[in-house]
Amino acid sequence: MKTGSRRMVKGVALIAIICLAAFGMFGCGQGEEKVVEKEVIKEVVKEVPKALEPLKLAVAGAHTGDLASYGIPSVRAAEILVEHVNATQGGVGGRKVILVTEDDACKPEMATNAATKLVGDDVDLVVGHICSGATKAALGIYKDSGIIAISPSATNPDLTQSGDYPNFFRTIASDDAQARLEVDFALDVLGLTKIAVLHDKGDYGKGLAEFAKKFLEESGKAEVVLYEGITPGGMDYSAVVQKINRSGAQAVIFGGYHPEASKIVMQMRKKDMDTIFISDDGVKDDTFIKVAGDYAEGVYATGPKDTSKNPLAVEADKLHKEKYGEDYGAFYLNAYSAVLALFNAVDKSGSTDYEAVSNALRNEYVATPLGIIKFDDRGDAIGVGFSVYQVQNGKYVELEG
Amino acid sequence: MDWGYFKELLMGGVVKGSIYALIALGYTMVYGIIELINFAHGEIYMIGAFTALIAAGVLTVAGFPAWSILILASAAAVVWSASYGYTVEKIAYKPLRGAPRLSPLISALGMSIFLQNYVLLAQTSNFMPFKNLFPEEGFLENISEVLSATEVIIVFTSAVVMILLSLFIKYSTTGKAMRATAQDRNMAMLVGVNVDKVISATFIIGSSLAAVGAVLIASNMGQINFYIGFIVGLKAFTAAVLGGIGSIPGAMLGGLVLGCTESFGTGYVSSDYEDVFAFTLLVLILIFRPAGLLGKSDIQKV
Repeated sequence: MKTGSRRMVKGVALIAIICLAAFGMFGCGQGEEKVVEKEVIKEVVKEVPKALEPLKLAVAGAHTGDLASYGIPSVRAAEILVEHVNATQGGVGGRKVILVTEDDACKPEMATNAATKLVGDDVDLVVGHICSGATKAALGIYKDSGIIAISPSATNPDLTQSGDYPNFFRTIASDDAQARLEVDFALDVLGLTKIAVLHDKGDYGKGLAEFAKKFLEESGKAEVVLYEGITPGGMDYSAVVQKINRSGAQAVIFGGYHPEASKIVMQMRKKDMDTIFISDDGVKDDTFIKVAGDYAEGVYATGPKDTSKNPLAVEADKLHKEKYGEDYGAFYLNAYSAVLALFNAVDKSGSTDYEAVSNALRNEYVATPLGIIKFDDRGDAIGVGFSVYQVQNGKYVELEG
Repeated sequence: MDWGYFKELLMGGVVKGSIYALIALGYTMVYGIIELINFAHGEIYMIGAFTALIAAGVLTVAGFPAWSILILASAAAVVWSASYGYTVEKIAYKPLRGAPRLSPLISALGMSIFLQNYVLLAQTSNFMPFKNLFPEEGFLENISEVLSATEVIIVFTSAVVMILLSLFIKYSTTGKAMRATAQDRNMAMLVGVNVDKVISATFIIGSSLAAVGAVLIASNMGQINFYIGFIVGLKAFTAAVLGGIGSIPGAMLGGLVLGCTESFGTGYVSSDYEDVFAFTLLVLILIFRPAGLLGKSDIQKV
C-alpha cells in the first residue's frame, strides 16, 4: 500500500513535470513571439486607416535542416529589401511592409502546415517555397486563398506548365528550359544529326534527359541513337562507352551530376573517342574540371546566365555584405529579384488584389539583378535563363548568344 | 554478329572482372579461414586508394620521377591497407572469435561504417582527382581504341598477382598453414599451427590485394571519394559468392563471370539493367549450385 501510493505520487509528479516542460516550451517558443507580433500589428492597425494596413510579405522555405543553405539566402534578400523600402520609401504603395517567415525544411508535409499558417496570418504575398516538392504541396493552399507565390528556386517544369497554379511565378528557369537549350545548341550551333542521350536514373538527370530526347525527336533534325540510364557511383562505364562508340553518335547529352560525367568523359577520351559531350548545371561545377583535368577540355555544359556583373546584382551583393558580412548564398539573386518584382507589381497596380498583382507581374517589366524581366502566361520569368558554357583552358567560359 | 563489338565488350568485362576478382580474394580468404564475411573489406580498398593519392601527391611535390612514384605510392597503399586490415581484425574480430557467428558480422558492418565516416571527416565528401600513375602516352598505341593502356596494365597486374598468390598458398609454409586452418582450425592448432598468425596473415594478404586493386582502378577512373569502397565491396562480395565463397580459384572465376555479365548485359541490352543482370545471375547460380561455381558443399558434421 505504502509503496503503491509512493509510486502514484511519483507518477503524478512526473506527469506534472512533463506538462510544465511542455507548456514552458510552447510558452517561450513560437507562441509568445506570435502574441508579441499580433500586438504590434494591432497597434499599427489602430493608428492607420484600413486601406493602409501594413503589407505582409511572407518568406517560406527551408530555414533549418540540411537544405537550409538554399532557404536562408531568400530570407536575407527579403530582409534587406523590406528594410530598404520601409526606410527610403515608407513601404510599398504607401504601406509599410512586414516580413513573416515560415520554415518547411523542404518537406511537403511541413510546407502545407506552413502555408496554412501563412493563410491564417492573412499574408498578402509569398516568396517561396524553395524545393519543388514542397512548393507543389503549398501552392494549392495559396491558390484557394488567392495568394500569389513566387519561388526563387523551384525548377520542376510541371509547376508552371500543368496550368494548375495560375497563382505561381518563378524567377528561375525550369528544368526543361535547360534541356531545350542543350538541344537547340546541339542542333543549331553544332549542327549534329546523331545524338546519344544518357542519364543517371535520378529525378533531376532523368527528367532532363527525357525532355532532351523529346525535343530531339520533335525537331526531326536529329536522331536519338541511344537512350540509357547508367548506375551512379559505378566503378567503370566502359561498356556504355563502347556502346556510344558503336552507335555512331556525334555527341552525348548527359543528364546528371559531375562524378559520373567526369568518369564517362575520361573513359571516352582514353579510348580515343572525340565525341562531343554536352551536359547540365549538375556538371557546370568546378569540381568537374578539377577531377577530369585535361580530359574536360571542350566539354559543353549549360548553367544559369552569369549576371553577377549586372549593376543591380553588384548592389545586392554590397547590401548583403554590409548587413551580414559575408558572400551571398544559393538563389539569393533569384529571391532578391522575386521580391523586387512583387514590390514593383504592387506599386504599379496600387493594390495587393490577386488579379491586379498577377496582371502587373505579367505585363510590367522590372529591373532586377537577373536582368529586366516580366513573367509569361505560365508564370516563368522572361529574360531569366541559361547559357551554354564550354571548358576552355581549364575554365568554364560562357559562350556568346 | 558483330565480333569486333563482342570482343570490345569481352575485354571491358575482363578488365572489370579482374578488379572484382582481386578484391573478392580478400572476402573469400577470410571466409575460408574464419567463416566471417568481412564487410569492412571495401573500406580497406578505399583506404588504399586514399593512401596512394596522398603518397603520390607528396612524392610529386618532392619531384620524384613517374615510375618511382608509381612504385612507392603503390607500396605505401599496400603497407597502409595491410596495417588497417591487421588492426581491424585485432580490434573488431579477434575478441569475438568464440561468439556466435552473427556477432563478428555485425562488428564488420560497424567497422565498415566507422571507416567510411573516419575518412569522410578526414578528407571531406568531395570527389578528389586521382592522377593516373601509369604513363598513357607512347605505349600500346595500336590497341588503345579497344583498351586503354591502363586497362591492359589492370588485367596484366591482376593476373600476375593472382598467380603469385596461388603459388604462395600452394608452396609456402604460411600458405600450407592457411590451408590447414581452413580445413579444420582445431586440428591445425593441435598439430602446432599458430592460428592467430595465420589469421593475421590472411587479413594482411587480402588487404594488400585490395590496395593493389584500388591503385589500379583509381588510376583508371581518375577520381575517388570516401564512398567508393561500398559498391566495389558489394560487387566483389557477389563475385566471391558466385565463385563459391572460400575458394580462391572460385573468387577469380566469379569476378570474371560477374564482370563479363555486366559488360554484355550493358552492351547488348541496356545499362539500365546492369545490376539487375548481375544479381539475377547470382540468384540463378545460388539456386542451381548453392555452393557457388567452384565451391564444395560442406558435409555437416554431427
